[in-house]
Amino acid sequence: MAGMTADTGALRELTVGTGAGLDTADMVLNIGPQHPSTHGVLRLKLVLDGERVIACEPIVGYMHRGAEKLFEVRDYRQIIVLANRHDWLSAFSNELGVVLAVERMMGMEVPERAVWLRTALAELNRVLNHLMFLGSYPLEIGAITPMFYAFRERETLQAVMEEVSGGRMHYMFNRVGGLKEEVPAGWTGRVRAAIGEVRRRLPDLDNLIRRNDIFLARTVGVGVLSAADAAAYGASGPVARASGLDLDLRRDEPYLAYGSLEVPVVTRSAGDCHSRFEVLLDQVYVSLDLAERCLDQVDRISGPVNVRLPKVVKAPEGHTYAWTENPLGINGYYLVSRGDKTPWRMKLRTASYANVQALATLLPGSLVPDLIAILGSMFFVVGDIDK
Amino acid sequence: MQLPAVLGEPIRFVLNWGRRYSLWVFNFGLACCAIEFIATSMGRHDFIRLGVIPFAHGPRQADLMVVSGTVTDKMAPAIKRLYDQMPEPKYVISFGACSNCGGPYWDSYSVTKGVDQIIPVDVYVPGCPPRPEALLHGILRLQDKIAAEHSGLGGVARPDELASPADRVGPPVGRSTESLTAPPVPPPAAQQ
Repeated sequence: MAGMTADTGALRELTVGTGAGLDTADMVLNIGPQHPSTHGVLRLKLVLDGERVIACEPIVGYMHRGAEKLFEVRDYRQIIVLANRHDWLSAFSNELGVVLAVERMMGMEVPERAVWLRTALAELNRVLNHLMFLGSYPLEIGAITPMFYAFRERETLQAVMEEVSGGRMHYMFNRVGGLKEEVPAGWTGRVRAAIGEVRRRLPDLDNLIRRNDIFLARTVGVGVLSAADAAAYGASGPVARASGLDLDLRRDEPYLAYGSLEVPVVTRSAGDCHSRFEVLLDQVYVSLDLAERCLDQVDRISGPVNVRLPKVVKAPEGHTYAWTENPLGINGYYLVSRGDKTPWRMKLRTASYANVQALATLLPGSLVPDLIAILGSMFFVVGDIDK
Repeated sequence: MQLPAVLGEPIRFVLNWGRRYSLWVFNFGLACCAIEFIATSMGRHDFIRLGVIPFAHGPRQADLMVVSGTVTDKMAPAIKRLYDQMPEPKYVISFGACSNCGGPYWDSYSVTKGVDQIIPVDVYVPGCPPRPEALLHGILRLQDKIAAEHSGLGGVARPDELASPADRVGPPVGRSTESLTAPPVPPPAAQQ
């Protein structure tokens, strides 16, 4: 990387302060791996000229858990456990990609009720994911209160997710061929109540922060990612849509029941921190609507929610690529099977890994105080970067 | 060093009472469990009412480290280093299956199978991730443990079994606790 001093281990003499005259020396500053602004550990190696960032190199791998290799020694039902966990904020969408890939390989028809339930749960999971951002991002740049509102809404939605799956974060509710089990009686009514509650109280958070003067000063025009750069780095999801890259797999390549739903895609064109925040905030309203419409269908359709599986689930020889529009962006699984009960290879394409690459162009030229504002607005999950 | 003869039962009680209800916590948030840790600190579960204060600026100001998430071999040295920076008396809660034993990554090539391989752990909270209520329970168990400590001014002495023998600090050789509290020996000149 240009401007980065090589770490040769040799001592280099450096005069700073008055003795150096007017010359300034570049400083190499390590941010992380552990710092309070993320749940997870990302290390940034920065070269600074005074307050200005000259170069930035994200050093990833502190959370590398080797999930891809472990997929190869888990059978298709067990993979869901690990697939849940790389992006811990969008567990449901993660497991969705795995089962979609396996179902496609096996040529399995998923019952309609299961498809609509999956869509509803995926959208609820998206709201939960975005709420985490809407709380933590203002917190990172100094506004503490939104966090409490965001977690109040999260707890409300987590209660219905927990009722159906038993888990607060890692739902393990998808199965190859459908869902784990039928939802409890009266569940859809309680979800509607929870959605109504969240929709009613969301303006608390919205009015508090969206047009807040300090928040605007910290985020408007800061960390501008152009649409071309976003496309070049393979960025996707809210980060790309805030730059004007109008790409959403739910509309462009529908899976589940999205084909029969009208999916409004939230976009902005500024590409700065504030538009990334707004995309995520507006997406919450959209997802609440989508989830509610799915629930109407769930109520209308009766029938089984899964299909009977053989004792040993084996994907026939071949390969497939299943991608889904996860809350953070495009999440893909490339599944190669040799007809065993475990995949021969399962490549994981995660949204955060691509999105975080853009930091290397986004950060140079910005000031150190803007660093956190930019870093937070990219909304990555470290486990999703390091897998 | 323990000074049981100097510090009586009331002082011990007061010290432990102060320690157990002002646990400034340093959250080592590594993965999914960190989200549940944050959820525990929020309005519904609210561990501040138990005296756990999540505003420690860094390890040097903290009494309690909560390791929440998967510890990888790449991360492990940093955890050890930050633990060493914490002042005594210090406590560790291992939160979640990954930091307890590796959890679902038990056969991974890059995951440390339990944070207790590098730092001593006081309380293990099981779950993947554990519920916020489980963390509250873990905190209560830690407070019980602190209350029962025979601690002196510097906390209870906890030799690190994993440290190299060269780093191990034992009691000073040749000077026991009794020698410190024994009546002074008159100089030889006074005996004549």
